[in-house]
Amino acid sequence: MRYAADVGALARKDLLLELRARDTLPSMLLFVVSVFVVFHFSLPAGSSDVAASGLLWVAIVFTALLALGRAFVPEREQRVLDALVLAPCDRSAIWLAKSIATFAFLAAAEVVAVPVFALFFKPVSGPMLAGIVLADVGICTVGTFVGATAVATRARELLLPLLFLPLAIPLVIGGVGASVGGDPARYLGFLALYDLLFALLCWAAFEYVVVE
Amino acid sequence: MTLVALEAPRHNVAVGRRHRIPLPALAVTCFVLVTLALALIFFVAPNDADQGFRQRIFYFHVSIAFTSYLCFGAGAWKALRHLWKRDPYADLESYVAVHQGVIFGALVLLTGSIWAKTSWGHWWVWSEDQLVLFLVLFLFYAAYFMLRFSVDAGPQRENLSAVYALFGVVLVPVSFMAIRLSQRLIHPQVFTRHGANFGGWILAIYLISQFAVLVLAYTLYRVEVTGKLLDKRLRELRLA
Repeated sequence: MRYAADVGALARKDLLLELRARDTLPSMLLFVVSVFVVFHFSLPAGSSDVAASGLLWVAIVFTALLALGRAFVPEREQRVLDALVLAPCDRSAIWLAKSIATFAFLAAAEVVAVPVFALFFKPVSGPMLAGIVLADVGICTVGTFVGATAVATRARELLLPLLFLPLAIPLVIGGVGASVGGDPARYLGFLALYDLLFALLCWAAFEYVVVE
Repeated sequence: MTLVALEAPRHNVAVGRRHRIPLPALAVTCFVLVTLALALIFFVAPNDADQGFRQRIFYFHVSIAFTSYLCFGAGAWKALRHLWKRDPYADLESYVAVHQGVIFGALVLLTGSIWAKTSWGHWWVWSEDQLVLFLVLFLFYAAYFMLRFSVDAGPQRENLSAVYALFGVVLVPVSFMAIRLSQRLIHPQVFTRHGANFGGWILAIYLISQFAVLVLAYTLYRVEVTGKLLDKRLRELRLA
């Protein structure tokens, strides 16, 4: 119960900060729409719809990277992370709260991005939406973890995509499979399995990333 | 001062500690085994009915791939030891094991490409599970080095590297599943649920080459760990 209250307080802090400063979400929205326009011109005329649904996944992963890159930067700059680590709460609560906040940003960006995608390219199916939600969970849990790792290094933002993209490849495979494959249930099951495995691993290991 | 230098890092002195097989013996065994395996592959193994002579690359390709997985597994195991038991050598051993895994992984990509070229006429085949999986792993573990050398030496570097190495062993089966899901299978299924898909001489020669490559990897690992520990010890002596 105590744990849930800690997570709630930390997540509320991130959401409030975003509501007041509006740092991340507007840039994500602008970015994802620009990416769609770039895609339109990089797909040769007459390309199939199948290619377009693959591109949606590229857009989602890169938009998420934008949010993940920002996630731990304020914590580092103002030394907030040191205080959070000293606070008498479980360290994994920091990770869980940050994942929830990032998920909220990503979901908000997608609420705009998916209809825009449907408008520009092709309608979105039900399994595709389910795939997007499940993949978002994986992107946010793993991405937040990797983001915390990256800010602990000298290279910081430079390192984040290098660490994150290989881990996101199974998510993209599952998501694209759910969008265009013949048997979406298998791919959705796979995405759920990925989420579960990596969430457990991140939850158990986060302590070692923030404690010096 | 000399006394301090000789006394203090006593637990570091025994560079080859815990290992029962001496390194020179290991090196000689390794040389004999690899020579034997090569001789068997080139002069004894029968030509494959379908693929002919070029199929012989299989003996090393599969052995190297298996060894590479084992190295990644060993790296994760040592990483777990580091996080769990705070074993003072585990971080270095984990790093060396992952390093070996990446070298062998690069060899898998190379031999796999050669085999793909001779069998299917293309250097790179996206529908080939194992090659794609090794590419993903190669990218993942290449980032391991970026991460490791972007943090100053110390407990934090050890922790971050260990956690990342643990992510690797989860990523291997997950990526494998994902790639299997997404592709039609043209990779030869050497091992199926019913055991090995071949018998007799081929199996024997495969097992010998597998063993040879494993001993080779272990020898290289031991050389590297010993060298790194000596290096560390030398630095400590210089500072003392």
